[in-house]
Amino acid sequence: MKILVCISQVPDTTTKISFVDNDTRFNEDKVQYIVNPYDEWYALVRALELKETLGGNVTIITVGTSAVDAVIRKALAIGADDAIRIDMDPADAYSVAKSIADYATGKGYDIILAGKETIDYNGSEVPGMIAALLNLPFIALGAKLDIEGNSAVVEVELDGGIEVIKTTLPAVISAAKGMAEARIPNMRGIMAARTKNIEVIPGTASALVSVKKFTLPNSKSAVKLIDPDNMDQLVELLHSEAKVI
Amino acid sequence: MAVLIFAESTNGKLKKASIESISYGARIAKMLGTEATALVCGEASAEELAKAGTFGAQKVLHASQMPSHFDPQLASMLVLKAVEKTGAKTIIFSHDYAGRSVAPRISAILQAGLVSGAVSLPDLSAGFSVKKNVFSGKAAAEYVIQTDVKIISLLPNSVPTEQTNASPSIEAFNDVTSGYVSGLNITKKSIDNSGGILLTEAELVVSAGRGMKGPENWNIVEELANTLGAATACSRPVSDIGWRPHHEHVGQTGIAIRPNLYIAIGISGAIQHLAGVNGSKVIVVINKDSEAPFFKAADYGVVGDAMDVIPKLTAAFRKFKLQNA
Repeated sequence: MKILVCISQVPDTTTKISFVDNDTRFNEDKVQYIVNPYDEWYALVRALELKETLGGNVTIITVGTSAVDAVIRKALAIGADDAIRIDMDPADAYSVAKSIADYATGKGYDIILAGKETIDYNGSEVPGMIAALLNLPFIALGAKLDIEGNSAVVEVELDGGIEVIKTTLPAVISAAKGMAEARIPNMRGIMAARTKNIEVIPGTASALVSVKKFTLPNSKSAVKLIDPDNMDQLVELLHSEAKVI
Repeated sequence: MAVLIFAESTNGKLKKASIESISYGARIAKMLGTEATALVCGEASAEELAKAGTFGAQKVLHASQMPSHFDPQLASMLVLKAVEKTGAKTIIFSHDYAGRSVAPRISAILQAGLVSGAVSLPDLSAGFSVKKNVFSGKAAAEYVIQTDVKIISLLPNSVPTEQTNASPSIEAFNDVTSGYVSGLNITKKSIDNSGGILLTEAELVVSAGRGMKGPENWNIVEELANTLGAATACSRPVSDIGWRPHHEHVGQTGIAIRPNLYIAIGISGAIQHLAGVNGSKVIVVINKDSEAPFFKAADYGVVGDAMDVIPKLTAAFRKFKLQNA
């Protein structure tokens, strides 16, 4: 089983978000970066589990400058065999997906996995685009992934229940909560990651969309506290003041 | 120039999110001085299809002969055929499972810029830009789409619908996919019997966390939700320890929702949870800890024990409903 896992660097989930350069650029000052949780906890760990039972190889691929090498090492410490870094600024989903698809063409990957979305730009775009560019089936929001012979069996948790989708390999699958349990890298993994290979290649596409300006939400006015013995008042406020019921 | 809207009909009814997309697409068509066509996938009566007109579409392409399960590859093929037929330069999806599965495919195939999860109508004053939430709702970004063909997927419950009461022309759109053989084998494993209010489409949501102490206490949360006609949700720890199903988990690594009213019970309000709910119009927080960070993000707060406050709140809603029935 030859698996390619797409990972992305994102700010730690506790990061306070702010912007610089007249609100045109994310303020990276003092920001801690992590591997996007959907990519790491679910896509990467499930890929490693499949490798452990079926044999094979897990390669991670990411788009970014050398600044992302630290999170690549983290993913290698968890157990990926090697890494590809496409050396360009990940300006939008299309340029990222096209560069990854161009790299993956003809390499014979059985499965290409990625998280369902990144927690910074929340696009859920890259895996579907890779599938289209490679003309492969794409299953979004996989909460369970098993391999049966030459097929992938994916469970998707939808509002109306669970769907089981079977497709022949190769295929592109995006990972949602439930596909695997997060792993913490151990010392051996961290040591081994230091010598694993990161291949650096150039990007092959440019962006179709760009951010003009960022804005922060308006701050809320102070909370109105209601006496727990006067729930009628709360209901009345929700009706006549907030007008939501 | 035309605008094409991808819409779904399930059990004979247009989805709420699809109606929002139709209205949104029709408003964009009006801004651009062009026509809006709704591609409706799934069984729907002529009367139901006329709703697309009520919300502004001039034309309906109706793909009625759809398999019982949503097939993203078939949907992609239909959209591409409809783009060819209408010459659409703007394509609208809803940012739901269908939109997430299909919009990126169409974007890559047409090399058309995509903004997913949009929360506003586009600004056409300088090019074509549209706003979406980023950093899991902690901020918003205005994106410029540079390509000739533009694709937007609309975040549900974010842009109000507008009625125009046009009557659309309706055309069957089934032949284009004749001979299609799906590469996907799709079956349904379980049906959700929770009462049928979809969390992502719900206008009212009652959510609870570890403050409930155990899954056996959820009956009072459900009773409150049923009284209100609300969907139920939960925090991450509660879904991680298996008190509630994963699909109820809202937050940065669960699903993001933006209901009109979000009632959070026994949830402290970690920044990751807030990221998934801060698009809610009104937030009520019930927590026995007056220092819980969630109160800073709340419009109304009740400091008190969940087991004591919830039944009182349920009774108050019941009384209100009787008086306003």
